[in-house]
Amino acid sequence: MNQDIFVVAEHLKGSVEDVTYELLGKGRELAGSTGGKLVAVLMGSGAEGLAGSLGAADKVIYVDHPALENFNPEAYAAALADVVKANNPGLVLVPNTSMGMDLAASLSVRNDLPLVAYAIDVAIDGGNVVATSQLYGGKVNAESVLEGDTVVVSVLAGSFPADAGKKDGAPEVEKAAAPAELDNLKVRFKQLIEPEGGDVDITAQEILVSVGRGIQSDENLPMVEELAEALGGAVSASRPIIDNKWLPKTRQVGKSGLKVKPKLYLCLGISGAPEHIEGMKDAELIIAINTDESAPIFEHAHYGSTEDLFDIVPALTEKLKG
Amino acid sequence: MNIIVPIKMVPDLVDELEINEDGTDLDRDFLSYKLNEFDDHALEEALQLKEEGDATVTVIAFDGEETDKALFTAIAKGADNAVKITGDFEEGTASHVLAKALAEAIKDMDYDLILTGVQAADDRDGQVGVLLANYLGVPHVSVVSGVTLSGNTATVHKEYAGGMMAEFEVDLPAVLGIQAARETPRYAPVSRVRQIMRQAELEEVEVGDVDVNVGSEVRRMFTPEAGEGAEMIEGDAEEVADKILEILKEKGVR
Ligand SMILES: Cc1cc2nc3c(=O)[nH]c(=O)nc-3n(C[C@H](O)[C@H](O)[C@H](O)COP(=O)(O)OP(=O)(O)OC[C@H]3O[C@@H](n4cnc5c(N)ncnc54)[C@H](O)[C@@H]3O)c2cc1C
Ligand SMILES: Nc1ncnc2c1ncn2[C@@H]1O[C@H](COP(=O)(O)O)[C@@H](O)[C@H]1O
Repeated sequence: MNQDIFVVAEHLKGSVEDVTYELLGKGRELAGSTGGKLVAVLMGSGAEGLAGSLGAADKVIYVDHPALENFNPEAYAAALADVVKANNPGLVLVPNTSMGMDLAASLSVRNDLPLVAYAIDVAIDGGNVVATSQLYGGKVNAESVLEGDTVVVSVLAGSFPADAGKKDGAPEVEKAAAPAELDNLKVRFKQLIEPEGGDVDITAQEILVSVGRGIQSDENLPMVEELAEALGGAVSASRPIIDNKWLPKTRQVGKSGLKVKPKLYLCLGISGAPEHIEGMKDAELIIAINTDESAPIFEHAHYGSTEDLFDIVPALTEKLKG
Repeated sequence: MNIIVPIKMVPDLVDELEINEDGTDLDRDFLSYKLNEFDDHALEEALQLKEEGDATVTVIAFDGEETDKALFTAIAKGADNAVKITGDFEEGTASHVLAKALAEAIKDMDYDLILTGVQAADDRDGQVGVLLANYLGVPHVSVVSGVTLSGNTATVHKEYAGGMMAEFEVDLPAVLGIQAARETPRYAPVSRVRQIMRQAELEEVEVGDVDVNVGSEVRRMFTPEAGEGAEMIEGDAEEVADKILEILKEKGVR
């Protein structure tokens, strides 16, 4: 493999997302073992200033074009493909986020590069990149060896500490030309849509009782509300509960929901898919009730029980009201 | 408007998953398979678009465990056609190979929109939808939870973190990776599926070897180490409830 480590910088509404710093921190360590440079790839419109917050990189390659002002799957993929082709890094680290999912697979096909996704760890071993992916809803990990001069790995948010990648100071900025494709796009950004407010702010709650598909029906929700009330907290949920329209989107914890950090996160009938874990793993105390003893939630919880939630919830509520 | 929905069967995650002898894949002998839940959403969104306007919906899947049943179920729900891809694509095939083979099967079909599920739990080397779009040379947006069609464009909502969304306009034909349909996916009664199985036919398309560089190989598959996990509370519900209260008091949450 080639030596340089590239990190795709993700930004939204004028600020760099934390996952970028997580990748820069890891990238720094990997560049140390390949003896290459750590380079951040920044795409935007009038966004050169963001390079100032990418001080952990040795260099920032910046592509500027009006079509890059907001993330656009087609425009960003075209610009990134050109930068990678021109520079031949050894490894391109892409966040496995909503934006990164569009980018990593496109880069892989456009430039004919190997890709491994859902990585929670990346290492260099025997001159090759080795990525550990989290698969099957968090139940199985797979260690893949990537072969090629340039390879792509998309990394799940929260896999590495962000602090290691946060450094002030302006690295050297190299401007790269935007590809002609950007003047004639089939995908056009229209607007950002802000989340609706007006409901309970689950990020401000100290106690959350969180329900998942194990609750079976919305008719069982009052039982959970009652428990949350007895604990002095609020009810949050996993994605299927929101997709079923049993609770509003404002209650969703996880990758496409909210990140919460309560004193107590009591989860009932939630399997612990990586996309859910992303939103709650930093809670101070996590207690999980799930009848499946192999549920991944138990790898993240502090305490667990495989008793039926329909037995535990009323018992606990009664004792709390006691 | 022709809509294609590629669907995939994945191991049921409620089961205990075991690793095979050489430690590079699941032990697939005793796995039970079910439809990837996001594909159910993709199909639902396609059916909603069909009901809204004038569209035909074609579901397509590789031959394998439970495939026929899933395809017939899709017809029972309202899909117009079902296509089964035959060839050498066993369970566990890399996303790049599947995407290229799908592109081969689809490229000569008359399509305006391809709706895939956003991702499947067994994909290791990228999302088939995004790869497929790139092999076909058509635009894509993934993590989509809202689709409106107007003439030759689709207006879609792509989900970011924290409930934030971006709206895009996409020229058709295009591939969209569906996260959630506008309605909860419908249910097809078993009796109806049985009836369809007797009446309807699956179209078959054979795809030969595809030439694609996957460039990565699994050297070890393993279940995340136990031990670093939760302290399990033993006992019946009453005892567990008592213990939880005790923990809450100890940690000062109560
Ligand atoms: C791009 C993307 C973004 C996503 N974003 C999010 C997100 O923000 N938040 C999120 O939560 N998910 C998200 N998901 C979905 C995620 O992958 C999982 O599908 C989801 O978290 C599963 O929810 P669940 O645990 O409630 O359901 P399941 O996985 O179905 O788990 C239900 C659990 O309940 C247990 N159970 C059943 N009955 C009982 C009982 N009586 N007592 C106790 N336990 C019981 C079962 O053992 C099982 O483990 C996202 C997915 C994608 C692809
Ligand atoms: N073997 C397959 N057959 C048909 N469609 C597939 C297959 N694999 C993936 N897909 C489609 O691509 C989506 C993303 O899957 P994946 O890339 O496996 O995460 C799925 O939800 C399906 O819509």
